Order: sequence, then C-alpha cells, then structure tokens
Amino acid sequence: MDKLLLLGDEAIARAAIDAGLSGMYAYPGTPSTEIMEYIQASGEASDRKIHRKWSSNEKTAMEAALGMSYAGKRAMVAMKHVGLNVAADSFINSAITGVNGGLIVVSADDPSMHSSQNEQDSRFYAKFAFIPCFEPTNQQEAYDMVFDAFELSEKYKVPVMLRITTRLAHSRASVKLIDKPVPEKKLTLPSDPLQFVLLPAIAKKRYRALLATYEKIRLDIRIEKYNHFRDGRKRDLGIITTGIAWNYLAENLNESMNDIPVLKISAYPFPNDLVREIAGRCKELLVLEEGYPLIEEGLRGLLDNGIKILGRLDGTVPRDGELNPYIVAKSLGLPASYGMDVPELVKTRPPSFCKGCGHSDMFNALIEAVKPFGPGHVFSDIGCYTLGALPPYNAINSCVDMGASVTMAIGAADAGLSPSVAVIGDSTFTHSGMTGLLDAVTKNSPVTIIISDNSTTGMTGGQESKATGRIEQICTGIGVEPEHIITIVPLRKNHEENVQTMSKEFRYNGVSVIIAARECIQTAARRKKAESSN
Amino acid sequence: MMKNDIILSGVGGQGILSIAAAIGLAAVDNNLYLKQSEVHGMSQRGGDVQSHLRLSDKPVASDLIPYGKADLVISVEPMESLRYLPWLSKNGWLVTNSVPFININDYPPVDEILNEIRKIKNHIILDADSIARDIGSARSGNIVMLGAASHWISMPYPGLEEAVRKLFKRKGEEIVEVNLKALKAGREYSKI
Repeated sequence: MDKLLLLGDEAIARAAIDAGLSGMYAYPGTPSTEIMEYIQASGEASDRKIHRKWSSNEKTAMEAALGMSYAGKRAMVAMKHVGLNVAADSFINSAITGVNGGLIVVSADDPSMHSSQNEQDSRFYAKFAFIPCFEPTNQQEAYDMVFDAFELSEKYKVPVMLRITTRLAHSRASVKLIDKPVPEKKLTLPSDPLQFVLLPAIAKKRYRALLATYEKIRLDIRIEKYNHFRDGRKRDLGIITTGIAWNYLAENLNESMNDIPVLKISAYPFPNDLVREIAGRCKELLVLEEGYPLIEEGLRGLLDNGIKILGRLDGTVPRDGELNPYIVAKSLGLPASYGMDVPELVKTRPPSFCKGCGHSDMFNALIEAVKPFGPGHVFSDIGCYTLGALPPYNAINSCVDMGASVTMAIGAADAGLSPSVAVIGDSTFTHSGMTGLLDAVTKNSPVTIIISDNSTTGMTGGQESKATGRIEQICTGIGVEPEHIITIVPLRKNHEENVQTMSKEFRYNGVSVIIAARECIQTAARRKKAESSN
Repeated sequence: MMKNDIILSGVGGQGILSIAAAIGLAAVDNNLYLKQSEVHGMSQRGGDVQSHLRLSDKPVASDLIPYGKADLVISVEPMESLRYLPWLSKNGWLVTNSVPFININDYPPVDEILNEIRKIKNHIILDADSIARDIGSARSGNIVMLGAASHWISMPYPGLEEAVRKLFKRKGEEIVEVNLKALKAGREYSKI
C-alpha cells in the first residue's frame, strides 16, 4: 500500500484519479486550486487522457461536469465557496436532473476569509439542493470519501458535495492509497432520455423523487460510517463536532476524551437517531462546527426549549471565524496555553504588488487621470489588482464579486456618475465581465473599462487565462467601437501617454475599453524557466 | 511520546516552504506522523506567511499548533520571527535570520527588532544570507536556516541531509553539494 504526503486538496485529486475519474473541471480559486493542479501535473491522468483543462468560470465547469456525468462517466468539479454562487443555478438543478456517471462537487470554504470576500458555509448549499455532503476531518478521510461519494452518487443518481475548508485544503499529511484503482466508466447514455429535461411536468416528478431519495441516503452505510457516536461515562456535557472541529477537540482532550460522549459528524444528511441518542444522555450539548452554526440551529429549533445548547449562537464559541485549538479549549473551560504577546513594534505586513508589476503602473496612470474628478469613480474586481485598494494607491472603490466592476460602473453611470470607471483583470473579464460589457454596449453606457491584462490568472498562482490573445476580438465582437478599444503598455516610461489616453476616454460619452497589457512578472519568470529547461 | 511542533515564518516569496518540504521528507523517511499547514493565496504576494509543522510518533490531531506549544520557530526574517511569539513555548527556541525584508514603510529599526529577539530565553540570530554567500550559493539562505535550527528538530541529522539531497536531486549534483554545505554551515553556527 503506497503512502504519499499530500495536501487535503491533493488527496482529493489523487483519490479522484484512483476512483476512475474521466473529467476534472474547475476555475482557480483559493483554497481549491491545487485539486486541478495536481491532476494536471499527474502523469497517470495524462496517460489516461483524463480531461483536466480549466474552465472559464465555475458555472461552465459545473455544467461541463454534468455533461460528462450525462455521458455515463465519473466527473469532478472543484471551486472555492463563492464560486458555488456562480455555479448555483446549474448546481441546484443538477440535483433535480440527477446524474448518470458519478458526480462530485468540491466546494472549498474559507472561514476567517484568508483569501475571500465572505465565509459562507457550503453545507447549506448541499442541504438547499437536497444532496449528500461529506466533510472530511483529515487528509486520509478526504481521500477515502471520494470513493464513497462516487458510489453514493451513482447508487442514488444524485451529485454529491465534498466540503472542505482552508486548513484541510492546505495542510499536508501522509495518505494511504488504495491498492487497486477503479477503472473508468464507459460512455453510456442515461436510460431515461428525458432525465435531464427539466420541463415543469418532469421537474415536479423528479423533485418529489429527490426528496424521497434524500431520506434514504440518510441511512446509507456510506453516510453512516463517517458519523460516530462514542459514549462516555460523564453525563453533564456531550459534544458534537463537524469536520475538522474534531481535530481541535482531540488536541485538547487527549485521553480524557474517552470520558465524554462525543458525536463526530462528517457526512450529511446525518442520522437523526445519533443526535437524539447523545442529547438523551447529557445535560448540556456543546456544538463545535467549522463554519456557520448549521447543526446548532437545527438542534435549537425556533423554540430553543430543549436541553441546553452551547455553541456559536450563545457566545460559547465566537460567532464568526474559523476554529483553532485555543478557541476550542476556551469553549471547554480548559486552561489554554499561551506563549508571549507579540511586541508592539511588530507591524502588519499586508500583501502587496510584486516589484515591477504592470498593475501598479496601470494604477499610477489611473490615479493621475481620475484625480481632477475627485474620489469615488473606480469600481474594481477580484484579483491581484484588488491590492490597488491599499496604500499608497487607494485607487479603487469596490471589490464585490467576479465581474461586478463592469456592471457596477454601468449602474453608477446610469445614476449620473461621470466618469464611471471599471478596473478588471483579463481572467476575471472572461469569467464574468463579458456579459456586463454587452449590457454597456447595448445601451451605450458612458463607462471606461480598463482591462488590466497580465495574460494570466495571477492571484491563484498563474494559471492560464482564457482571455490571452482574445480580448480585442471579444470586445469588438461584443460591439465596442474599434476606435474606443485602446491597448496601452503599463510601463513607467509610458506614464504620460497612458494618463492622456485614460483622460481622453473618460471624456467620451460611450463605452471605452482600455487594455493595459503586460505579462505578470511571476508568470513570465515561470514561463522563461520552463522554456529554458526544455 | 515524541512531539516536535515547529513554526516556519517569513514573507511571501521568501520560500519558507522549501524548509518545510525538507523537514517533511525527512519525517516521512523516519516513519513519523506529520501534519504541515501552509499559507497559499493572497498573502503569498509579499505578505506575512507561516507554516505549522507538527511531527510526532503518534498520529497528530490538529493541523494548527496550539498557542504556547511550539518547540521551535524558524524565521527567515527577523520581524516575522516575533509575530509568532504567542505560539512559542516557555522553553522553545527561536532561530531567525537577521536580514530584514523591508517592503512596508513603517518597518521598525532593525536594532530594536534584534533587541526584542534577544529578550527571548532561547534564541539564535544569524546572518544566513552572508553565510550562504560565503559558501558561494546566495540562494541557499533557507537551507542555512534549516541547518541552524537542526539541533532542535527531533530527527537524526543524516535524515535532514538525505532530505536535502532528495529535494535538490533534480537540479544536479552541484546544487545538492552546495546545499549540504549550507545545511552544515548553519548547523555549525548554532552549535552550543
């Protein structure tokens, strides 16, 4: 039996390869990116010709994975939690169509928002869609669950969610691999040709069937085996953990854990019996969840008149943010160790542009061009260039979701803001900016869209950008006037010229696109290194 | 029970993960349990980064080291070494490079930082960059740091040497040799 040292993300990827995966679909997003990257780097995936190309966004990834499943093969789609918002339409409806080949949706949550705009908890999405959800405690469980998730998916014909969080995604541990990989499935069409046709008459039937299936899944062995209740002789306090909260509990309790009744939940929908059992034995229940208080809210109900519940809702555990051993020790009333305070002279060190980054030269020009109009004119987006919000630039006024710079600029222009400027990266533009640009063109909004084109998906580590070499054509195709599609090179020596170009387009009463094109210095360095070693 | 909790710290782009990778390889070869938590994403752009590395002869529960339990902080940047004092145990060691990485306007005077570090009971301050340059491999500063901290890593030294060999094997024998020299130079420096 082989053992490998793998990140949580890599364990999932390795398992998918070993479980007969035929197609991997994803858009890069921290902390999920390394799943696709592992499969792209795998020699075996290459030999087997497993599909492993990045998609334009999470919705296209989700739909392509559903198409692979339609054709009878095993597919996985991975995204960061907010990516699931982008894919939500197809995700929710994929539960109603159901699947043919096994389909796993990996959603990587980021509690404490290390690299994100919010800390939404994907388990709610699984519940919302009535599909099962696995929440691994460690890297080995993450590996093992992929096999069960594919089987469950094919047995009940539903997509299955695998929900992880940053700590597991980006923590390495050794993982035992299975001895005999599962062969890939053959191309087989669904037995019911109308399965995927969600006309109301069909959808109604399928939805009712889904509701019934959800209750059956609750009792399936593949769910049951990841949910343990272990009784202890103490009767005052019982503890329920979900996902990696278990690790922090084990870290604190060591051997004394055996005295306390503990219910460890790692798969949903979980058997209600186990919850009744632990609640029936204890005076109080402490709920430790990595994420929102999903189980805690269920336990309390609207009346909250059962046994005493301790958790995020009563302040025993902080209401927001990720757990850690310290928080869990406190919630248990244990003395928590602490080293020394950080000396006052230690300053915060926020992320910043790399030296020589094209985004910074673009911002320097933009700041000067927009200055005469006063503050508040620049909408921006998700990517490295969001760092333009920080000093010394203080150059942008929004960062909401992928593509929102373009459409917010349109709305603000509708309200009379002039100039109304959007700053968006190349990969974010092809992810979700193009449709907004079409809106602008069809009503001739007076907006200036600056596409800061570094020919890569930079923030997540320099993955390929679908926009590379296509931006001008896309903008022309959408209908932007060719004389208002202007490419500039963001370099210090072009500063004056770039300021003038921007100022001129700000005065134009229609849609302008300024493409500030210079390759990301990190991606360029990696590219040159790869080229020289070939 | 053997347990060795190590925090690696530095600034995004300084390559602390190569130190983590070397210790990780050695741990696997020595049949130890290991969990190693890393920072990926936004902070890698010049922000503060750290890695929690936990070695034990028993399975490791938490991916994160609890406060006050780190046996060792290895920092490739002096101010960053102080950021992790809440994790350092009373008898733990702090081993840091003395060369600052200044990418913020309000970076404190280096002397003041070094004075704060000297207040810690068990500390080693070394100019890993110079030591690496003297060997003729300016880029091996991180391996010098690993060597300097090696006395407090619960693994036989040859295990770390073997890991460095494996880590740099792809880059050729010359690179392997110079990094082994860097490892040794760091170890010699902090010998007590």
